[in-house]
Order: sequence, then structure tokens, then C-alpha cells
Amino acid sequence: MGLEIYNSTVQAAVNWARKFSLFQYPFVTACCGMEFMSTAAPKYDLARFGAEFPRFSPRQADLLIIVGTITERQGPALRRVYDQMCEPKWVVAFGVCASTGGFYQNYSTVPGADQIIPVDVYIPGCPPRPEQVLDALILLQERIQRGEGHSQLTLRAEAGHDVPIAAIRPRDKAPVGADKPE
Amino acid sequence: MAQVILDRLVATFTAGEIEEIGSQHGNEWARVRRDAWTSVCAFLRDDSTTDMKMASDLTCVDRMGREPRFDVVLHLYSVTMKHRVRLYAGVPEDDCAVDSVVGIWPGMDWFEREAYDLYGVRFRGHPDLRRILMYPEFVGHPLRKDYPKEKRQPLVRRSGIPGSPE
Repeated sequence: MGLEIYNSTVQAAVNWARKFSLFQYPFVTACCGMEFMSTAAPKYDLARFGAEFPRFSPRQADLLIIVGTITERQGPALRRVYDQMCEPKWVVAFGVCASTGGFYQNYSTVPGADQIIPVDVYIPGCPPRPEQVLDALILLQERIQRGEGHSQLTLRAEAGHDVPIAAIRPRDKAPVGADKPE
Repeated sequence: MAQVILDRLVATFTAGEIEEIGSQHGNEWARVRRDAWTSVCAFLRDDSTTDMKMASDLTCVDRMGREPRFDVVLHLYSVTMKHRVRLYAGVPEDDCAVDSVVGIWPGMDWFEREAYDLYGVRFRGHPDLRRILMYPEFVGHPLRKDYPKEKRQPLVRRSGIPGSPE
């Protein structure tokens, strides 16, 4: 009993450290890259949330941001980049093309990067506004703190813990209109 | 705009090499018999009145249901004369090949590879006719009208998700 309390406290501290020191690997393939640069630049300043440096080696990164269309030909490269990252790792699909294929419904485009690797957070938009990206990052940080990133869940399951099916919980905020009296 | 090009072609190639000529919206075009494709191209490049030193585009059109099925389309431009012309060569499906113009304009290398990749038209004499956009494992030619528009040929997929091949 005492050991479990100790473990969960340590786990919370470790997850707190993880969520504020994300090292991102931007897998930039298309026009969404401009919006990603804008988000990373000083005006919106992704660094405020601890996601400071883009690491251009997957071995030094723990957050894979898929920015842009993934074609079938790029699939093996994306898979290899993901496999090279150390665990625990997180994946964000940036924009509709990375999330679902977007309007490319044809022979060459993968209908969503989650056909190839697991994805934690999807950002809609063509391209998404920087505010949406920051929102997604905060959403991801909440999931990291709860230990619900896909690779966190996998690691816990491999360690023999009872892991529920990864549920995408809504963020902790009141539903729209809840504060208004009827 | 560039009637002089068509006049030169008709005057020079009198054995039926120029099957049809036309002009629309100020753009001249000529349909060239397939076996005269390279000789017409070389003439247009070297003749001093046409001087088409620059080939700006080469592509293909699938006119499924028509005979011949494919049209290889070549856009030419003259830097000195500042005039353009468009050439067509009909390519039938059962003998899907035309002579390469890489020997005349080396820049047409990747254009012909693209047309081969997406339409399956072979270019005889091309130095390195490989796929350029699709991957080598891809079967078929995706811009042909009879290629199913959403038929994907995945190289890699996660296992255990709906629609995955495993």
C-alpha cells in the first residue's frame, strides 16, 4: 500500500516533468509547415509550454508532430522515424491531411497518419490556427500528466498493470452554456 | 500569333506527317504522326524561323474510348521569336510507346518519366525510364481513366485497425 502511494507520487512528478520538457520532431511535409513555424516563432511562442527545441533527430525527440500530407510513399519513412524515437513518446497529427487525409481522397495519399502509427492528439484545420496548436499542446500535456499517452499506456500494460482501453476524455471544463440559467 | 510555325510545318512535311493543324484563342497546335514525332521536333528546334529552343512541358492525356487512346502533348517555346506551339501525338493502347525527345531537349527527361509513371506510355530511347512519383512497388498507372480513383497500394499499415490488410 505504502509503496503504491510512493510510486504514484513519483509517477505524477515524472509526468509533470515530462509534460513541460517536450522535445519535438517536426515531420513537415506540406503547407501546414508555415503555420507550424508561426506557432514556434516568438509571436505564439510554443516555447512557453516547454516545447522549446525542434530536434532534427528522432532519437533525441519524444514528441512527433506530423505536419502535412502523408503519401503512401512516405509511409515507411514515417514509420521508421516513429520507431527510432525513445519511449515514452507522443504523436500529434497537425492539420486535416495528417489526421484524415483531408481533401486528398485518391490513390497516393494515406487517409490519416493513424493508419501507420498511433496518434494521441488530432488538430483539425487547413491549416490550423496557431491557437489550435497551442490548445492541442495543452490537451496533450493534460494527457501526459494523467499518464494516458499511447506509449505510456503501452509501457504500463507491458509492466503488468491493468490498463483500460485508452479513452479520449474531454478536457475538464464545463459544457457550453452550463453557467447560464435556464 | 504563331501561324508561321504551322506554315513551316505544312510546307516542310508533305508526306502526311502533320495530320491536323489548328488555332484556338491565339494558340497554335499541330497533330503529328507518331513515327515522325522526333523528326518534327528536331526540325522545329533547328529551323531558324521557328527556333523552338525551349520545351516547357510534356504530358499525356487519356481520352478513353477514342482511338488512339492517349495523346502525348508537348509545349514548345522560342526564346528568340517569343512564340509557342503545342504538338500532339496519338498513342494507341496496344502499342503504347512513342519516341523520346530527350535527345532533342535533355530537360524532357523527368517529364517523360512522369508521363510513363502516371499513364504508362513508354518513351523509346529514353536513357532511364523509371517511375518518378510513385514507388517501384506500385502496380498500374494511376492517372489512366480505368484506374480506380481511390485504389491505394499501401507500403506500410498498422496492424489491427479497420481496413488494414492484415
